[in-house]
Parts: sequence; C-alpha cells; structure tokens
Amino acid sequence: MAGAIYRKPITLAVMATVTILVGSVVTMAYPMLRADMHPKLATLKPYTALQLAGRDVYQREGCMNCHTQVVRPLPSEVARYGAYSQAGEFAYEHPFLWGSKRTGPDLAREGGLRPDAWQYDHLANPQKYVPRSNMPSYAFLKGRLLDADQVTSHLAALAVLHPELKPDPAQVKAELAGKDEADAMVAYLQQLGHAVPRRQALAADLTVENPLAHDVAAVVKGQKLFADNCAVCHGDEAKGQEGIAPSLIDDVFLEVKGDMPDAAYFAMISGGSDAKAGLGRPGLKDGGMTAFGGQLSKQDIWSIIAWLRNQKAHEAAEGDDHDAQEHR
Amino acid sequence: MNDYRYDNQTVQGFILSAIFWGVVGILVGLLISIQLWAPAANFAPYFTYGRLRVVHTNGLAFGLGAGVIFGLLLYVVMRLSGRPLVFPRLARFQLWYFNLVIAAAALSLFAGWDQSNEYAELEWPLDVAVVVLWVIFAVNVFATIIKRKEPQLYVSLWYTIATVVAIAVLYIVNNLAIPAGLGKSYHLFAGLNSANVEWWYGHNAVGFLFTTPFLAMFFYFMPKALGIPLYSHRLSILAFWSLIFGYLWTGAHHLVYTPIPDWLQTLGIVFTLFLIAPSWGSVINGYYTVGSDWSKMRTNYLAKFFVLAITFYGLQTVQGPTQALRVVSQLIHGTDWVPGHVHMGTMGWVTLTATASIYYVIPRIYGTTIYSEKVANIHFWLVLVGQLLFSVTMWITGIQQGAMWKATNPDGTLKYTFVESLVKNYPYWHTRTLAGLIFTAGMLFFVYNVLMTIRKGRALQASAPAPRASSPAPA
Repeated sequence: MAGAIYRKPITLAVMATVTILVGSVVTMAYPMLRADMHPKLATLKPYTALQLAGRDVYQREGCMNCHTQVVRPLPSEVARYGAYSQAGEFAYEHPFLWGSKRTGPDLAREGGLRPDAWQYDHLANPQKYVPRSNMPSYAFLKGRLLDADQVTSHLAALAVLHPELKPDPAQVKAELAGKDEADAMVAYLQQLGHAVPRRQALAADLTVENPLAHDVAAVVKGQKLFADNCAVCHGDEAKGQEGIAPSLIDDVFLEVKGDMPDAAYFAMISGGSDAKAGLGRPGLKDGGMTAFGGQLSKQDIWSIIAWLRNQKAHEAAEGDDHDAQEHR
Repeated sequence: MNDYRYDNQTVQGFILSAIFWGVVGILVGLLISIQLWAPAANFAPYFTYGRLRVVHTNGLAFGLGAGVIFGLLLYVVMRLSGRPLVFPRLARFQLWYFNLVIAAAALSLFAGWDQSNEYAELEWPLDVAVVVLWVIFAVNVFATIIKRKEPQLYVSLWYTIATVVAIAVLYIVNNLAIPAGLGKSYHLFAGLNSANVEWWYGHNAVGFLFTTPFLAMFFYFMPKALGIPLYSHRLSILAFWSLIFGYLWTGAHHLVYTPIPDWLQTLGIVFTLFLIAPSWGSVINGYYTVGSDWSKMRTNYLAKFFVLAITFYGLQTVQGPTQALRVVSQLIHGTDWVPGHVHMGTMGWVTLTATASIYYVIPRIYGTTIYSEKVANIHFWLVLVGQLLFSVTMWITGIQQGAMWKATNPDGTLKYTFVESLVKNYPYWHTRTLAGLIFTAGMLFFVYNVLMTIRKGRALQASAPAPRASSPAPA
C-alpha cells in the first residue's frame, strides 16, 4: 500500500502537513475572506477607555471561565436573557469572549439590566444579592486605580486594526482620572449588548385591572414569588434599598409622587426599565429594572402585584396607627 | 550504550518533571472543584477560580501532557530509529528550558496574564518561548528519524511526525496577536473569526496534544509491554491519514448556535461524525491486538491499563460526535456535561496510556522491574473509580442543568430561575470533589511506585558499576 513513503520521513512530513492544511484552509483561513465573517452593526460603538479597561480586567480575572457572552437562538434562551446574539455585535472583540461554560448566567445582555450601584455591590459581595451564589468576591477591584498610560497603549494596539480607537492620551487621562478597576468593570458590564435594542415593552394599557386583586391565594403566592425574585433588590418588605432599588409601598412611583394603577406595575415587572418611557415617568437615573416577562407568567406577575397592594394597605394602616399614637 | 544512558536520563527527567507539574495541576484542580461549591475558598486576587482554572488546564495540558510527550516520544523515536538522539545535549537543554517555561507560564497565569482563548491563555512572551521549545523538540525528532538505522517507519513515528507539524501550525496561527505591553495582547482576529480560529485551534489541541502523541505511545508501548505484535498495519495507515485529515475541519462544533455562519457549523458537525471512523479504527486495532491473547489481562498487569485506555478513547470519540449534533448541543452546551466529557478523555484515555507507558519505560532504563505491581494495581483501580465517578456525576448534573434552562411553562415563560439550576449542582459538585480526591490518591500511588522503581534501579546501578567495561574477559 504505497509503502515507499513509510521509508521517507521528509516526504511523510510534507504529506501530513498538506493533509492537515486542507481542512484548515477551508474552515479557518477561507472564511476570513468572506464578508459574512466581518459584519458590523451600525449601532455598534467602539470601546471607550474606561470600558476597555474594564474588559481588560474581565479578561485578567478569567470571568469567561464561568460566564458566556452569547445568547443562542433558542426560545428558552431568548426568554431568559433577551435577543439572541447577532453576528454584527462582535467587530471589536479581540478575542471573542463567548466562553464555553455557564457556571454563572450569560452576560451578553447584562448592560442596563440593573443599576450601577447593584453591580458595584454585587461584585464586592455576590452573596448579598444571591445568597446561594458561588461567585467569588471581587471587592479588591475597588481602590485599584487605573493607569492611564497603560490603557492608552492598549487602545493604541487595537487602533492598528481599528483606526477609530486611536487614543488621545490627554483625553484618556481625563476620562480615567480617579477611576478604579471596579468603575471600569461596571462601565464594561453596562455596555454589554448595547448594539441590539432590547425587547420593546408593549405599550401598557392602564385600564386593565388585576384579575387577582384581593385574592387571598394570589397574595400568599405573590409573597413567595416576591421573596424569590424581587426581594434581593427591593428588600423583604418591599421597602427598597438606598441607591439600588426604590420602595414599592410608598406613594412615589418611578420617582414621581402619586401612585399608578396595577397595570403600570405589571408593565414594569414584565418589561423592566424599557417600560418606563411608556409610563411617562423617569425612574432612578441609572436605574435598571430587570424584565421578568420571560421568566414569570402573567398569573405570577398579577399575584406579586396583589401581594404588593396588600402590603401597601397594611403599611398605610400601620402608618395611621403610628400617627394616631403619636397624637395621643 | 553510554549514549542511550545519557538520553535515558533525559527521558527520565521529562517524566519526573511531567509528574511534578501533573501533581501541581491536579491539586489546583481539587482546589477549584471546592471553589465551585465554597466561594469562601477563593483567595483574591491570585487564587480565585477565574485565574486558577487556567492554571489547572494549562498545567496539565502543557506541564503534564507536553512533559510526557517530550519524554516518551523521544524514547519511542530512539527505539524505533535504532539509535540514540542525534543531539543529546540539546535534549538535555530542552529539559531544563521546558521546566523554566512551564514555571514562568504558571506564574504569569497567577498574575492574570490571560489571552482569554481557551487552552491558548498564555500571553505572547510565553507563546514565543513555547514555540522555541517546540522547535528544539522537532529538531531532535526529525534529525534522529532521518539518521535512523531501521529503514521502515513504524506507525508511532507517523503519529509523532504529524504531532510535531500540526501543533506548530495550530499554535502559531491561533496565538497571532497585537502586543500591548509585556503581559497584554489582543487577538489578531476579531469576533467571528476570533471564535473560529480559536476553536479550530482548541479542538485540534485536543487532537494533536491528547490524541496523536498518545496513539503513538499506545501503538508502541502496548504491543511491547504485552509482547503481542500489532493486529493490522493496513488499518493503522487508514486510520492515520483519515484522522489527521478529518480533525482540522471540526472546530466549529464548539460554536453550534453561535452567530458564525450555519455552513461552517454544519461542516464542523459532519466531519466530527466522520471522525468516529478513524478513531474506531485505532480502537479496533487495539482490541484485536490484545484479542489475540486475552490471557494477558490476567498475567500482565499493564494489559488492563491499555485496554481501559483505548476503551475510554472509543467512548470519548463517540460521545464527542454525539455532542456536536445540534439537538444534543442545545441541551448540554455550557453545562457540566462538558467537563465530564473532557475528563473522561484526560483522566481515562490520556492518564492511563501515559502512566502505563511510564511503568514500562522507567524499569527498562535501569534494566530492572517495577517496584510493585500491587501498588500499580491499587493506582489503577483508584484512578478508574475516581474518573468514572467524576464523569458520570457531571453528565447527570449537566443534563439536569440543560433541562432546567430549557424548561418552559405552557405560556412560554421559564420554569426555573438561573439560581435554581445552580443550586441543584451543589450535591453533584460535592461528589465531584470526592471523585477528585480518589483520583488524586491513585495518582499519588503511581508517583510513589515510579520513585521507588527509580530508587531500586539506582541501587542496582551502584552495586554493579559499568558491567562490561570493567569486568575482565571471561576465560
């Protein structure tokens, strides 16, 4: 069987190399010549100095060993994380950070999902928000000031491939003045997925009434759902946490005095921050309410609202009691 | 004789170095397995999971894996060429340089120099050092084969040659990057191409670091240790060429359902299925070789190592292609199933082949026998039980995770939060740590056996100095 080459090591080596190169050329080199491997969304923005510094920290700490950054086009995945990843989102990724293991959740749509304050706090102490999380604490990022010269040289390296990233050292210095690695990390996380608009929240129909209002079973169920999904930010009694999430039982709704109907609560829980515009109220400045529409059924959301209303009435009654006692 | 003795000491040096880095890598593996269920076991900034996981993978792939490859393939090349190495001092230099590079690599990963490409995490200064290391190895391999005394090239030499050229091509292309300071660089390729090049490399690092060199060892040491000739050279030829042809097309099966073009994904999946054929060609060759005399399983303590090794290779090369299928990838991608799969290959196929080959080589360097077959048997069973417990546990929890992620209510909303799926892993992760402990214990028995065999061999050498030269001519 063509025995001669098994006596000629050089010929064998050359033939082995050629054999290896066939598949390499077809599946690795040739695709680089194709336009469909170099897409770029018009909405994709290059990294700022602070964001790139954050990405460098993300790489250094090996975050991609536990977090993926690619949402697959599967219904369950889109329901959990948001729009599936598009080819044109990755033009500035050197290298790609899709990862291969989801020990923690995917982060492709993390940007704007939660307030900055939550991100800082969670990085330093993940178990505060997710008690059974296995994420290590990254408290040490706080106070490690960024080196503007280093970030400038990183931008300059990327500018070899993307001229639009060419840094102005003075500007970088100004942008990074007083900023530490935690600031950079949060800036990086908050821009993830920025090129793809998040699911548009449906315009809220404020005339819809809660079908489960005052339903005792729904109130009980709502309390459990609230504890599982909402309490980490809004607190066990829905009184909110300073800088993280507002109280849900006072008379302020989205930073404006005066309550809104149940349908507005439904819109916020279902659509998250994106629903704010439809409700005409500003909310917290850097506020990021997670959209639970993909995770909680309508019944669940109405149950939570039923419990909130109950809690609110309870609070109001207690408040009256306090007032009455004080005046006595 | 004296030349062989010098080269054999180099071979032994590589084996001992590989064992050292192997123990380090395994202990780091144990620690990160604990970190997964006990976040308090992270010690920032140097000893967090994110940094240690790459120390674990690189330490074992390049410290243990490459160390074993250098040592045992140099040994195989010398035996199959019928001569000592052409450049013995270069090989000795390579030994010291190898340890230096691996030590520097480990330190750089602790320091957070991480390119974020899996199995190619080392930053550019270390990449340059690794390429030099590989070139030194290639020089000795090629020079010794070219100046061989035996005209025919045995199958192990083909696999050795393919390993040398393929790793060079893969490593250099995927590590092309734009340096941005000593410990920082950016991949030359962006986004989709970055992903495609990385997994072309990543999958073939498995192919040419964990498959072809270990097939070279398997096809040399298995027939030698058992005293049975290889079943079929024709089958070897067929398996060899189709394996090295097919492997390079398959990287995209790591990118199923990502934004890279569908045709690339499909091509990767199809060639992955094709790879079952050459892989099983080797499996059949292995089985039929031992099959000509199954009594070796009773009489030769190494037979079971090689049979189980090739069995795990066979299982691995069916499980892998199954995972590449879209419908399976949907369920298990990103879950703990995947580490279960990888560890069957590394703790099963690679470790069993390497340790059995080392058990064969070390006594022969001193012309003696293994220190204790009993200890070798204990090592075998502990490693086998540890590996099976590890892999099966990970497969179960992986399927559970995947199913929980996908579970939806009739109205399309999700049944479980992410944290609910995470919490379900904990009992399995505890079990995995236990499995790791059992495996580690097995490996420590192996280390003990090797060290005691060397001690035995040295004592023998000391008591009978230079037998031929000094003894007077017989009457």
